[in-house]
Amino acid sequence: MIVAALFFYLFAGICVASAVMVVAARNPVHSVLYLILAFVNAAGLFVMMGAEFLAMILIVVYVGAVAVLFLFVVMMLDVDFAELKQGVLQFLPIGMLIGGIFLAELLLVVGAWAIGPGIPQAITAPIPTNISNTEAIGLVLYTRYVYFFEAAGMILLVAMVGAIVLTLQHRPRVRRQDIGEQVARKPSASIEVVKVRSGQGLGSNT
Amino acid sequence: MYQAIVFLPLLGAILAGMIALAGARARFPGKGPAAGGEDHATDHGGHHGGSGVHGGGVIHSSHHEAEEHEPAAVGSRTAELITTTLLLICMILSWIALVDVGFAHHDMRVPLFTWMAAGDLKVDWSLRIDTLTAVMLVVVNTVSAFVHLYSIGYMHEDPYRPRFFSYLSFFTFAMLTLVTADNLVQLFFGWEGVGLASYLLIGFWYHKPEANAAAIKAFIVNRVGDFGFALGIFAVFMLTGAIDFETIFAQAPALTGKMINFFGWQADALTLTCLFLFMGAMGKSAQFLLHTWLPDAMEGPTPVSALIHAATMVTAGVFMVARLSPLFELAPNAQAFVTLVGATTAIFAATIGLVQNDIKRIVAYSTCSQLGYMFVAMGVGAYSVGMFHLFTHAFFKALLFLGSGSVIHAMHHEQDIRHMGGLKDRIPYTYIVMIVGTLALTGFPLTAGYFSKDAIIEAAYVGKNPLALYAFICTVAAALLTSFYSWRLIFKTFHGEPHDRQHWKDAHESPMVMLIPLGFLAIGSILAGLPFKEIFAGHGVEGFFRESLTFAKSNTVLEDMHHVPLQIGILPTVMMALGFVIAWQFYIRRPDIPVELARQHDWLYRFLLNKWYFDELYDLIFVRPIKWIGRELWKKGDGWLIDGFGPDGVSARVLDVTRNVVRLQTGYLYHYAFAMLIGAAAFITWFMFAVR
Amino acid sequence: MTIGLGHYLSVAAILFTLGIFGIFLNRKNVIIILMSIELILLAVNINLVAFSTHLGDITGQIYALLVLTVAAAEAAIGLAILVVYYRNRGSIAVEDINLMKG
Repeated sequence: MIVAALFFYLFAGICVASAVMVVAARNPVHSVLYLILAFVNAAGLFVMMGAEFLAMILIVVYVGAVAVLFLFVVMMLDVDFAELKQGVLQFLPIGMLIGGIFLAELLLVVGAWAIGPGIPQAITAPIPTNISNTEAIGLVLYTRYVYFFEAAGMILLVAMVGAIVLTLQHRPRVRRQDIGEQVARKPSASIEVVKVRSGQGLGSNT
Repeated sequence: MYQAIVFLPLLGAILAGMIALAGARARFPGKGPAAGGEDHATDHGGHHGGSGVHGGGVIHSSHHEAEEHEPAAVGSRTAELITTTLLLICMILSWIALVDVGFAHHDMRVPLFTWMAAGDLKVDWSLRIDTLTAVMLVVVNTVSAFVHLYSIGYMHEDPYRPRFFSYLSFFTFAMLTLVTADNLVQLFFGWEGVGLASYLLIGFWYHKPEANAAAIKAFIVNRVGDFGFALGIFAVFMLTGAIDFETIFAQAPALTGKMINFFGWQADALTLTCLFLFMGAMGKSAQFLLHTWLPDAMEGPTPVSALIHAATMVTAGVFMVARLSPLFELAPNAQAFVTLVGATTAIFAATIGLVQNDIKRIVAYSTCSQLGYMFVAMGVGAYSVGMFHLFTHAFFKALLFLGSGSVIHAMHHEQDIRHMGGLKDRIPYTYIVMIVGTLALTGFPLTAGYFSKDAIIEAAYVGKNPLALYAFICTVAAALLTSFYSWRLIFKTFHGEPHDRQHWKDAHESPMVMLIPLGFLAIGSILAGLPFKEIFAGHGVEGFFRESLTFAKSNTVLEDMHHVPLQIGILPTVMMALGFVIAWQFYIRRPDIPVELARQHDWLYRFLLNKWYFDELYDLIFVRPIKWIGRELWKKGDGWLIDGFGPDGVSARVLDVTRNVVRLQTGYLYHYAFAMLIGAAAFITWFMFAVR
Repeated sequence: MTIGLGHYLSVAAILFTLGIFGIFLNRKNVIIILMSIELILLAVNINLVAFSTHLGDITGQIYALLVLTVAAAEAAIGLAILVVYYRNRGSIAVEDINLMKG
């Protein structure tokens, strides 16, 4: 069991440390990289808890897509190295206070919680012990929670469309194909039959 | 018939008023009268406004120049004719009533309808017709009818005649209501009505600021008296539970000796009540302390002065005391006070009248003084003698006023007697009637004034009132002064060299419509004395007045009057002759004497000229503090306190709050994110600790 | 010692708080804010999975999956907005974003 504890503290510690560095790093690219590190360690925590499917999804989606997206944007925008500006001290005390309040309350809840007596009977979907985590999730996701699944799909669709709509810039000089227009061409707009005398050519009509 | 007498003037007033309104609408379509005011050629620059504090110097001539540019109001002729005709009818009816009631003994009560019935208080509109009423009806209607007739001529150039005649008739109606009242509340209605009419008529030329000031002054000073009167009515109701005369008079004897608590001081109930009621009379009749409004009331047109401030409104106080004679007879201390005030007024007003230079003011102070005489008579218990003087005084004082109006009209609105002189050849008719009026006023033998005035002096001599002797001395002295200033007026106006050649040359006699009333009043001044002497001041009093006046058992004044020694009897006549001789010396033979006297005793001259500085005194004691209080309440109380903590304060605070709240909207994303987090923290905290 | 539910929850709590700090201790640029939001969502995910494991209910993991989905969508849209904003304003420093001032 000590190995489990060791791994737990390892993962947890690095996760927290990298979270701190996300905020504190000067180079924004470094911030993104630290974010990736935090995600990876969180995935490790998930594996330890037995939710390996979710851990892998975390890596694939968060690290592979979202964090990379962040990196792209950071590189695209001209984000400079940031100096510590003067005004941060102005908000520091009250910021510490607010953060402290949050932390205190969370720990209070954590320390004093108790599972309600009727909960074990109210479990909606008990984790089956003989199949893999992935299969277990799949068994529930497409049956009981299919509506949420579909809704999540819709959200992703909307996000895609939204992102494109927001950032699309029509460049006036770029020439593109308009298939519809091409298909809708009529002979009358493109061909003209001209009677030509032999040896004369089209003459001034060209 | 009595309903006709009382209500026909009201009808006239309403009709003339409607004509006036129609004319005003046609003249100023869509605009208010204020817009029309700019059309006038205003000459306000020449007049200084003020609250009635005049120095002796400036005499205000009537404000006629501007009106000449205005066309006459539509329907003026109709208004004049309707109102005058109705009043003439009323006059004839009231003479018939006098004969009917006084001699044929047809006293009656004419109930009209119920006015209020609230708990114990039951007030009816009903007309009480007895001899006292009939005498007053005759006085009021006669003088009013003649004044209406006279005004047709005097106000001929005025563009607002319908309004004038409407107000005159309304005044007459109010006065008639007052004299025919059967209960105190109805009397008070008439009382207030004549006060209102007085305000409207004094301020008739409302474009003049002095007229407005005088009108307000009259109303406010009257108000002070009315306040006392109202307290008296409340006291009567409290003591007897009723306010109609029958009940009050029946219960009065039982109230003698009763004490009531007045601000912690035990006072005899009847005395206190009579004192309060007399306070109203003091205000209405311009007696000693509440007299300041009467001279300023001369800002109104002369017919108004004749009607209201000579014959009728100012006599309302005298009438009221006579009407309440059952009460006054039971309160000898109140009677003593009445005598005191009356005698003081008589001498005080006469001293001021000695040195005035405005012809109307001289006559006004003369009125004030004569009213004092009437109250002296009331105070010593000779009520019928006071009514006699009221009756005769109405004739000759109205005559004097209307005659003065004729002089003013002839001199083209000049009112200062220092600018007149030598008019007796230019306007002989007016001269003659003014002589007749002056003879009556000063008490020349066999004129009306002789009988009534001498009766008062004799009554004062024999009166058992503790102040009767003081009253006797004052009235005799006032007789001397009256004679002096009346003849002074005649000599300076009609005799001597003209001081204003231009006006003297243009002077012309008034039109017939103005001279006829003068003639009738002159006849009345002579004939209203001897034939009526017995029934007013002689042995016929009991048979004539019967129950309308009450004389206590101990009141033997009327009887004793006839037994005065001969010296006392001819004393007033001697005084009159003496005054005539002195006036002749001063103003005909040696006109430099008064000038020299005035210069040597300059302080005394100015003291009298400035009306004993009463206006200045009242200004200091009352007007300025009240204005100060009003201003403080306005600026601080209303402005700072109520507005500041109320609407203005609330709106200012709202602005403050919003200005601070707006600072939250910085536009910084950062701040907004921060605010969201603070909100989330607060929510979580609340959720954790408050929700159980 | 046995790693119990409490440990995982504490880790999640600390990560959550760090995300909060990141939002307003950040004076540099808006991307840090977006990354802090991702941290917060990660903390929530850890919480959900921890409870799921402890109670033996797979629903927590389903939920965490959906949160993941939404987080990805939100990150995409947020970055798109940022790009457009940068195109229009030329800067993404936090202090310069005050167009909402009213």
